[in-house]
Amino acid sequence: MSLNDAVRNPFARGSLLMRSGTTAGDRTAIARLTLVVLVILSAVALALSVATGASDASAVNVIGALLTGADDTALSMRDRIIVFDIRMPRALLGFLIGAALAMSGAVMQGLFRNPLADPGLVGISSGAALGAVLMIVLGSALPAGVMLALGAYALPFAAFVGGLLTTLLLYRIATRGGQTSVATMLLAGIAIAALAGAVTGILIYMADDKQLRDITFWGLGSLSGMTWVKLFAAGPIILIALLVVPFLSRGLNAITLGEAAAFHMGVKVQRLKYTAVVAVAGAVGASVAVSGGIGFVGIVVPHLLRIVIGPDHRYLLPASALLGGVLMLGADMLARTLVAPAELPIGIITALAGAPFFLWVLLRDRTRNGW
Amino acid sequence: MSKSFDLRRARPWEVALTVFALSAPLLVPFVAHGDGGFIRRAVAQEMQQVDTSKLVTIGGAVTEIVYALGEGGRIVARDSTSMYPEEAMKLPDVGYMRALSPEGVIAVNPTAILAVEGSGPADALAVLKSAGIPFETVPEGYDRAAILRKIDVVGNFLGVPEKAKALEDKVGAELDAAIADAAKRPADQRKRVLFVLSFQNGRIMAAGNHTAADGIIGLAGAVNATDSTFEGYKPLTDEAVINAKPDVVMVMTRPGAGSTDEEVLAHPAIAVTPAGQNKAILRMNSLHLLGFGPRTASAISDLNKELYGKPGNVSQ
Repeated sequence: MSLNDAVRNPFARGSLLMRSGTTAGDRTAIARLTLVVLVILSAVALALSVATGASDASAVNVIGALLTGADDTALSMRDRIIVFDIRMPRALLGFLIGAALAMSGAVMQGLFRNPLADPGLVGISSGAALGAVLMIVLGSALPAGVMLALGAYALPFAAFVGGLLTTLLLYRIATRGGQTSVATMLLAGIAIAALAGAVTGILIYMADDKQLRDITFWGLGSLSGMTWVKLFAAGPIILIALLVVPFLSRGLNAITLGEAAAFHMGVKVQRLKYTAVVAVAGAVGASVAVSGGIGFVGIVVPHLLRIVIGPDHRYLLPASALLGGVLMLGADMLARTLVAPAELPIGIITALAGAPFFLWVLLRDRTRNGW
Repeated sequence: MSKSFDLRRARPWEVALTVFALSAPLLVPFVAHGDGGFIRRAVAQEMQQVDTSKLVTIGGAVTEIVYALGEGGRIVARDSTSMYPEEAMKLPDVGYMRALSPEGVIAVNPTAILAVEGSGPADALAVLKSAGIPFETVPEGYDRAAILRKIDVVGNFLGVPEKAKALEDKVGAELDAAIADAAKRPADQRKRVLFVLSFQNGRIMAAGNHTAADGIIGLAGAVNATDSTFEGYKPLTDEAVINAKPDVVMVMTRPGAGSTDEEVLAHPAIAVTPAGQNKAILRMNSLHLLGFGPRTASAISDLNKELYGKPGNVSQ
């Protein structure tokens, strides 16, 4: 087996990481089947999201009228708004956010070769949250012109900048002489998360009651109040990250063997790391900005998929994105309908469902799986 | 493999999606007129007349005022802070006033929404406004004028200004009487009241300036023990609690939860204050006390009576 083949697919038959029991052929077939199933599930989840909700508005009628160009004056304005202006942007953005969080988790875990890596762990989410809280508390102190120019984009923008600055700071701290130390990066990430948490704490102390409650509910995460404007503000950043990251899968596969080994195989490790980190910062920053804190998607989804399709990033990354989107929409449907006409914060549901499930997976597979 | 990126490996669909993603922001100006709806303009022309026959009321005081005006029959749903009167509890609950769900509110088919200032989140309100449902914000405030203003706004929105005027006269007179009665107490006899919002792990979250608690304490002829040194509700250090020298510690009654009097008195800082030494703890219904709606006059008299009128309960 040539070195080049080993890099393309370290999980192939006879490679270092191949485990006994399944052949690479089996794994590939299972992975491809899983991807097909996930694409179908995504379509179903999107359709269900647009079709269900607290009200009885009929998505079929509304979209049917739209597609056939039939006379839609018979449809009530209320139903059109519910389907078109409330459920649709919410479903699309929810799917993108779930995909971004799950794929970012998979990338981080591959990059750091650590099953616990998660955008939250290296402080990116905390940095984004700090940006958002800064905007909630101090936004009114900004010149009116600035707020007016940013408009609906103010909060997403602040969170994105917070996430990006955190990531760049992290990168600067962890890089010396052109070499990035993953251990330093993880530890610095924990320190930065603590620091961002502390500054957020100061702001919470300064905040008035109204801002305090905004921050509390924002921290719980919600897909409530998603508009087309928000979709167009956060969506492109997430989408670009989702499209760039799959190009990194071969490099991430090589890094599984160790950074030095990957480097000697000809992978441009520095550039790979840089691209991955910026893509993750963008996707997570934009997601946190519009939805607040939604936990556990980034850590549960890649783990679940590794059990089914194995650790090959060529399949793991797109599958994580699809399953992340599907699970996010599922959680959101629960959030919207369980206590209708009121609504639960979605972060509660992802953590409530994700944490015990994650434990179950860990306990079931701790002997069979290395991680 | 020599590069992380090799564009020659890119598949056509990947290129197409990238181009779409990059061009999406350019679409924003075409899509985003107003705040976030595709079909806003058509709606804007439809909302000429305000039909208040099916109301959603957000905020305890707002709901109370609608009932006090005798218009409670118009309400089809309320928020979770609207727990008075009894009839309101039978209506669907659209959730906590700061975490409203746009579709949930629309689902109850309201013709109008009446919400106290501070309801949210802002995104949800923007969606509701874009749905063409007339929306009125009732200004919040913690004094006599604020209560009358709330009644005025609600009455005008419901199209019953005469009823509102009558209610304002009645509530205003009641408030005047209660406030004048409480104000008779000489300044040097006024008690210092520490309002404790929450008491967790020994950390006291106390009411400062510009809070409903601060408002009601002042109106009832007492002094907020925190002396307006800070805004809103803040955690106090033990030393700040001692410095505040409260004569009475006021906590809210909460069904099933909350700390017992013993727990409050066992707090080391409270123990050394006059309130701790005299075991002066006052429990009040927060909804009644902090609502600043039509029943505030009775809340003022109740609090005043609790503070000064019952020597057995509160030490003199």
